[in-house]
Amino acid sequence: MSTLIKNAIWIAVGIFGAACLGGIALNRGETINAFWFIAAAAGIYAVGYRLYAGWITAQVLSADPSRATPALRLNDGRDYVPTHRWITFGHHFAAIAGAGPLVGPVLAAQFGYLPGTIWLLAGAVLGGCVQDMVILWCSTRRNGRTLGQMARDELGPVAGSAALVGTLMIMVLIVAVLGLVVVNAMKHSPWGTFTVAMTIPIAILVGVYMRVLRPGRVMEGSLIGLVLLLASTFGGGWVAHHPVLGPLFDFDGPTLALMVIAYGVVAAILPVWLLLAPRDYISTFIKLGAILLLAFAVIVLRPDMHMPSITRFVDGTGPVVAGHIYPFLFITIACGAISGFHALISSGTTPKLIASEADLRLVGYGSMMMESFVGIMALIAACVLEPGVYFAINSAAGVVGASADQAVATISGWGFPVTVETMTTLAKEMGETTLMHRTGGAPSLAVGMAHIFAGAFGQSMMAVWYHFAIMFEALFILTAVDAGTRVGRFMLQDLLGNIWKPLGNTGSYPSTVICSALFVAAWGYFLYIGVIDPYGGINILWPLFGISNQMLAAIALAIATAVLVKQGKARYAWVTGLPMAFLAVTTTVASWEKLFSVDPRVGFLAGADALAAKLEAGTLTGKALETAPQLIFNQRLDAGLTVFFILVLWVTIIEMARISWRHTKGLSVPPLSEAPYAAASDFDAAVVTRGGH
Amino acid sequence: MMAGPASFLRSAWTVLREVSGDNAYESYLARHAETHPDQPPLDREAFYLSELDRRWSGVNRCC
Repeated sequence: MSTLIKNAIWIAVGIFGAACLGGIALNRGETINAFWFIAAAAGIYAVGYRLYAGWITAQVLSADPSRATPALRLNDGRDYVPTHRWITFGHHFAAIAGAGPLVGPVLAAQFGYLPGTIWLLAGAVLGGCVQDMVILWCSTRRNGRTLGQMARDELGPVAGSAALVGTLMIMVLIVAVLGLVVVNAMKHSPWGTFTVAMTIPIAILVGVYMRVLRPGRVMEGSLIGLVLLLASTFGGGWVAHHPVLGPLFDFDGPTLALMVIAYGVVAAILPVWLLLAPRDYISTFIKLGAILLLAFAVIVLRPDMHMPSITRFVDGTGPVVAGHIYPFLFITIACGAISGFHALISSGTTPKLIASEADLRLVGYGSMMMESFVGIMALIAACVLEPGVYFAINSAAGVVGASADQAVATISGWGFPVTVETMTTLAKEMGETTLMHRTGGAPSLAVGMAHIFAGAFGQSMMAVWYHFAIMFEALFILTAVDAGTRVGRFMLQDLLGNIWKPLGNTGSYPSTVICSALFVAAWGYFLYIGVIDPYGGINILWPLFGISNQMLAAIALAIATAVLVKQGKARYAWVTGLPMAFLAVTTTVASWEKLFSVDPRVGFLAGADALAAKLEAGTLTGKALETAPQLIFNQRLDAGLTVFFILVLWVTIIEMARISWRHTKGLSVPPLSEAPYAAASDFDAAVVTRGGH
Repeated sequence: MMAGPASFLRSAWTVLREVSGDNAYESYLARHAETHPDQPPLDREAFYLSELDRRWSGVNRCC
């Protein structure tokens, strides 16, 4: 009887979610309420979690609570600690939640709200959540081995090296594109720049507090940091309007880019306790707080969304990111639906905390559902804006025209009416000098969030909410810059150590400085070129980042598929195999277009040729003339990078197919590296609710 | 057993300390006393630094 009721409830939840999504899809009104998105998302996640994830853990992964996890077997109180599942969930979500799912859906809003919503939900439930959970399972069964190690163990050295080099390149692009987002958000915004700059001394202060004054008291330290940070967000308004202080924080893009690059070098060399760790503590609290606050405000306010369900830009002429809806919707949304990077976290610290295989679903699948929900909220925040305003903020000068008059005329001509007065008033309301041509997604997300917060909590503080949102994004982008550079440096030291031994010594100061500088130079190059590009840089860098991220996801799914086949679960290999095939095809099509499209805004080579033709014809003047050779070189380099990504992807997939084929034919393959079964009951099963991390 | 707001706040606080690592030193001491009673434990500062070192030598933050 009780199973009957349970099933009836799940069927009802499923029907409710489907009905809400149907309502969204079929809505033909001028606006649609954000409530339907929240309800559709909640319903679909619930069904995905209960039915699909439940079926996968039981049938495909044979997750076995009686099997001792590495945390139990190898419990050392430090790395391996059996931890309560909700706490592991918290750790894991804090690790995977980054700026990606906030930026991608905002950029993809150019296609309308519907394509983004469908992919955020379907991509997560059928792809992203599955990837995170299956990789977590693979790694948990292998004593917490990393993705690169698993690739080598299960697929052989070729795929292993491909995964490793691919990961290093994706790190470079992540840091570069996030740096670009934060530079565009601070450009000529003294308030924003002041607030972001203040995070550095505040973090150092907190770092000293946590190490010297009150060692290890991270809650106290973080609280102090939070208070100071909120104070500097308020104070930024005063500083920006101050006749002497204001101009001190007013910079153009290239200067800010150089500052971020210099900061990257310094942050990578400074000890972790001084800057990186304290800022990460503060940023994690702000991140979780802001996400909860946004969810609460959206539910309280239930704002109307003004973006049409589908815009004309599905044809590939989009001003935000150029390219046809297929494949570029998927490449643009990236992390909110499926992120290859999560596979690195799922095979990092998290598997060493899993107390029971019964927790895999909550930690692996559940955390990614939350991440996708963050993406849905970012999409909502972008779509509550009038479409004309959204496009005026997100379109680069090179696309819509450099002057405000030209830009609003172009955008209004597309059928999204907006006026110069609207934009001026809005900028004034947000405490900014201008909101035109602010590419990168962060400013439009912040305007949307400010509307939602002010609508829910009172209109008087619009500008403060805007800068709170900017600070919130910038904070964990800078944490990603620090942490990414640090990891990149380790990878580089590891790699270069094979060539010249002393470089591989991670404890050596010269090696640290050299490798940090090399890595920063790599991302700094892409960041700087992105900033001087009149098309806003995002149009080039974001798709490149999306391609690399989706490539890594396909690699992770290929490893998972090979493991399933070798485990004798070939009949269920489609669970990871289908999302892998979809991503592999989508990434390849996207790369093809980025290489060979004749549209200079889409194709790298066409873009380089078009600019070279202009240069030759002598039609370029001033800055455009100066930067043209660099931009031409850069587009050709990007084309080379795209080819590299595609090669890495297909090498891994071919290795996966080869190993799977050999296995089904009974030929020799690298043996399954799964740790042998041990009964959980043989170990001290006292799951730590306190202790560990 | 009545679960009032006070007990809810208390468990929320425990979870928060646990997730943030605020109580890591206490649990380390407890575990250390259990497993290596003969050796002196690290002091707070040394433990904090070794924790950071351990945590920040791999990928632990995402895009």
